[in-house]
Amino acid sequence: MSHIAPPAHWRRAKERYRLLGSKCENCGSTFFPPTKVCPKCRRKGKIAQTEFSGKGKIYSYTIIHSAPKMFEKYTPYILALVELEEGPKVMSQIVDCKPEEVKIGMDVEACFRKLFEQDGEGVISYGFKFRPADNSWKTSY
Amino acid sequence: MKLYKKRDVAIISAAATKCGEHWDKGLKDLAWEAGVKAVEEAGISGKDIEYLVVGNMSGGMFVGQEHIGALVADFLGLNPIPSLRVEGACASGGIAFFQGYMAVASGLYDIVAVGGVEKMTDVEQEHATTALSGAMDFEWEAYFGATFPGIYALMARRYMHEYGLKKETLAKVAVKNHYHGSMNFLAHFRNRISLDEALYAPMVADPLGKYDCCPISDGAALVILAPLEIARKYTDTPIIVKSSAMASDTLSLLKRRDICTLDATVHAAEKAFRLAHIERSQVNLIEVHDCFTIAEILAIEDLGFAKKGEGWKMCDEGQTYVGGNLPVNTDGGLKASGHPVGATGVKQIVEIVKQLRGEVERGRQVNNAEVGLAHNVGGSGATAVVTILARG
Ligand SMILES: [Zn+2]
Repeated sequence: MSHIAPPAHWRRAKERYRLLGSKCENCGSTFFPPTKVCPKCRRKGKIAQTEFSGKGKIYSYTIIHSAPKMFEKYTPYILALVELEEGPKVMSQIVDCKPEEVKIGMDVEACFRKLFEQDGEGVISYGFKFRPADNSWKTSY
Repeated sequence: MKLYKKRDVAIISAAATKCGEHWDKGLKDLAWEAGVKAVEEAGISGKDIEYLVVGNMSGGMFVGQEHIGALVADFLGLNPIPSLRVEGACASGGIAFFQGYMAVASGLYDIVAVGGVEKMTDVEQEHATTALSGAMDFEWEAYFGATFPGIYALMARRYMHEYGLKKETLAKVAVKNHYHGSMNFLAHFRNRISLDEALYAPMVADPLGKYDCCPISDGAALVILAPLEIARKYTDTPIIVKSSAMASDTLSLLKRRDICTLDATVHAAEKAFRLAHIERSQVNLIEVHDCFTIAEILAIEDLGFAKKGEGWKMCDEGQTYVGGNLPVNTDGGLKASGHPVGATGVKQIVEIVKQLRGEVERGRQVNNAEVGLAHNVGGSGATAVVTILARG
């Protein structure tokens, strides 16, 4: 990734911090990333912001061994396509999970984490990552 | 209703440079080398060329050079003809061909040159990888730690889960492409590899290892187009462009309907076959965009040569070798012959042209090939171009 100017981090920050996407109030479809048009309804669509619950399942995953400099210190890390319970998919790292433990279909939940630091400038970017869903309360009772 | 009648178009010459790390050649040198070869082969003078289209993904990031259209025209001595550069990531070359084809088919120009060029090895690998990652969605993929091999690894993992593909079959795709590449004088890699070498290579993005990924290459290719009715003035073996079609899809994988299908390929292929009035069974060989081994399997299916979930069996059984039912990537594909991104789509067309003329090296020549198909993809499938060629 090349240099990212601070405004470019900032303008997407809310969406990345709170997992905000879009919803079409005409047909009920939900979208991630946020969109400005509903491809089904087009002009009749009515797009509004929506916050996702952060619960989902792993749809596919990979273990990244070779990464750009800003992600190098995290290698090997799990990158996954997570299917949210509302339907849309997000791309995210999976944390608090060993690479050999990750599985398709695993329940995961969003958490707020540091994504990377940009060289030399002290700009730290944050956003969502996902971790295995904590189901311990279910089994202990 | 269409206002014009489409003209039939032929390729009258086709040439490519060797792919690889060309320390002694810059972007202009590579474009010049391919251009001169093609012009000489056609027996025309540069003055006959009326229009030039050049595919180039990222001259700006790879060599600090933009304005590639006029630059290549200048270096080939073609000024003042109109000349433009087109960009669609790794599909830039295929798009250039599609544009050049439209220019001749529409009747606007007669003799049109379509080039593709990329000089990738002047920058460090880290920087080249950054440039390439611009082909995916920056804000919602790369920003979260996605890499280009990572995106294809996500497709591969899901495909394995759904259809029972094993890593051995991915390795077989790489072994086959290196085998074909070993007989191609212009290939980036001419070494054969064993199944174990491919299978136990260091991981890049699990399940994709080193041999599942194509290299970063320098290279250029150029073809010259003419209306079919005058093509025989220039060559005894004109190759007819039966069709060229292009389609688009979402840049980001996360928005796709199905991550195991490249819908852009499906749409472009359906249109190309419809326009060409050709059946899949008539196709003798295909050049597909195997930026990663999984991509070759997906392409075989999405082009309609196998049902979804079954294309890997053709690779597993060796049907995709020269001599098999459907030879795939007879030049070694992107994996072995190289992937100079903006040139790749044109280089694939050069390979099909040479095959249809019966001009490639012994051992990788498909006997009596009548019809061939080239398939070029941008990014993880946001652009696809499918071109069908036939012997004149
Ligand atoms: Zn809608």
